[in-house]
Amino acid sequence: MTRTLFDRVWDAHVVRELADGVALLYVDLHLVHEVTSPQAFAGLKREKRTVRRPERTLATVDHNVPTGERSVPIADAVAARQVDALSANAREFGIELFDLQSPGQGIVHVIGPELGATQPGMLIVCGDSHTATHGAFGAFALGIGTSEVEHVLATQCIVLNKPRNLEARITGRRAPGVAAKDLILALIGKIGTAGASGHVIEYTGDAVSALSMEERMTVCNMSIEAGARAGMIAPDEVTFDYLEGRPRVPTGAAWSAALGRWQTFRSDATAHYDAQVRLDAATVGPQVTWGTTPGMVADITGRVPDPAQLATEHERQAAARALEYMGLVPGTPLEGIPIDRVFLGSCTNARIEDLRTAAEVVRGRHVASRVRAMVVPGSQRVKAQAEREGLDRVFTDAGFEWRNAGCSMCLGMNADVLGAGERCAATSNRNFEGRQGRGGRTHLMSPAMAAAAAIEGHLVDVRAW
Amino acid sequence: MVAPFVRHRGRAVTLPRRDVDTDQIIPKQFLKGVERTGFGPALFHDWRYRPDGSPDPAFELNSPDAQGATILITGPNFGCGSSREHAVWALAQYGFRAIIAPSFADIFVANCYRNGVLPVRLPATLVDALIRSTEGGVYEVMVDLEQQVISDDRGFSARFSAEPYGRELLLRGLDEIGRTLLEEPSIAAYERSHA
Ligand code: SF4
Repeated sequence: MTRTLFDRVWDAHVVRELADGVALLYVDLHLVHEVTSPQAFAGLKREKRTVRRPERTLATVDHNVPTGERSVPIADAVAARQVDALSANAREFGIELFDLQSPGQGIVHVIGPELGATQPGMLIVCGDSHTATHGAFGAFALGIGTSEVEHVLATQCIVLNKPRNLEARITGRRAPGVAAKDLILALIGKIGTAGASGHVIEYTGDAVSALSMEERMTVCNMSIEAGARAGMIAPDEVTFDYLEGRPRVPTGAAWSAALGRWQTFRSDATAHYDAQVRLDAATVGPQVTWGTTPGMVADITGRVPDPAQLATEHERQAAARALEYMGLVPGTPLEGIPIDRVFLGSCTNARIEDLRTAAEVVRGRHVASRVRAMVVPGSQRVKAQAEREGLDRVFTDAGFEWRNAGCSMCLGMNADVLGAGERCAATSNRNFEGRQGRGGRTHLMSPAMAAAAAIEGHLVDVRAW
Repeated sequence: MVAPFVRHRGRAVTLPRRDVDTDQIIPKQFLKGVERTGFGPALFHDWRYRPDGSPDPAFELNSPDAQGATILITGPNFGCGSSREHAVWALAQYGFRAIIAPSFADIFVANCYRNGVLPVRLPATLVDALIRSTEGGVYEVMVDLEQQVISDDRGFSARFSAEPYGRELLLRGLDEIGRTLLEEPSIAAYERSHA
């Protein structure tokens, strides 16, 4: 029987079939952060259970940590308690922790790949929906809830219903100025925020093979915004080149053996997918969201849509509500919408290539006077690398704030939040109501587009630069 | 360990919106705790309360007919976004036992089954019919997980199908970890063959 990449990774992790389509699966890597783990550790302790495989567990602090000065204590006492709880739990259970003082600290989905801990064919879980990011390496990586976090800590296993498999075939050449972010936003716009629910997406096609490893992570990262359980890309030379020499990657004979195994993680040419969608990369322009879900997205050359023109009553109501929240009028050209804030960050778009691309846009220019702009690198290692390349100076000279690593204004759990009515060009992944701060208005876009918006003070087509 | 869910009769309230995400269900400022309790009052916080902290009378859950509701009827793709289980804790602690919608986000469903909350998927036309039924004032619905049937006193009756594994967790109020620990020989064997 032919199998897909996903089938192969699934099959390789079945500990036992529990029922038709339901299996107990073995977890290779469990990533842990401070916000969704304290109740799980508390549960373990209450039941006098231990962590089965601490060496397969990796923890960092990212969601609620301040991105300002690191030498002072965390001002928010409640957040500090959560960070302290993770330190104490990591110590008690023997789990490696990248804490605020560590040069390896960063957003959990940035540091896994950076360390080479994320590898092809693995089953990876984390109490965070953007775990899908790791699928870029041909891993089956999914977000789980806190009860499941506790379950994985105790058993190193997870019980799952086998999702269906959707192939998203992206072909053709991207035009200059069009980013990986634009491809995934266009795909979500096409299939909708629930378009892939119950499915694992495998991204295939020449436009996907042509992506760098970091670009692939951007694409897989937002699989969840299409409702998918996970996103995956078959590993290839790009993947192996990225991995070779990273700290957690095997060397010597073990590297050759790993490579041989990793190469088997791919779909058969005639493999069956439960569903398929296609996207022609050549037709995709820079994308900008106009509403309060990532599916409410349009080409930057477009206009704010008229809810009355939409097909169903549900869609009309949702769009009308979204426009009211966003303070936008139907028919307004997207290009030219004034912004107050710019956020360059998040697990979607805060790796070194993202910062390089954005820096190229802002080099020698200055942030518009009405705009407050910040760069929050995805990890302290990304930050250090950017500083070696002088990118920090490019940004600060242009008037950007240069921060320490964390989730920051992607979800606004720390002090980095939008005020009510403030409009933000963001490179993150969610434009939900209140996501970046109560009453805050988020437009999602690529790093180059956000950087250009910072300079102009309004949404702008980066291709015109 | 949660109490078993076999059948439940309760007052229904509607939230006729699509794509209600977990950021709305429990906004991030309430995620800083280290406990599993205390989330009920923060459920739908930014919709439920005005910026000055007073209840917003326009929000569905604040209507007099919705008080004491235990069943939520809502639009497609409910619970999308963040994996935060706090969203289900908030719904459960507010008093919801079942949520009826045309579709749900996958992680949210997994979280529901582990917290004694039943997600019921019904075709959109049936959900719309239920929503219309709530318009005349207090409305009660019966959810039977054993039979997998939703019904009311006015003759409405519809079958639904729950995920078999999740259904078993709910019906028996199982401790999932305890159950998986019984699989120890299989887990150890897997580890040996993959060392
Ligand atoms: S950067 Fe945003 S999306 Fe990514 S893990 Fe952090 S909060 Fe979640």
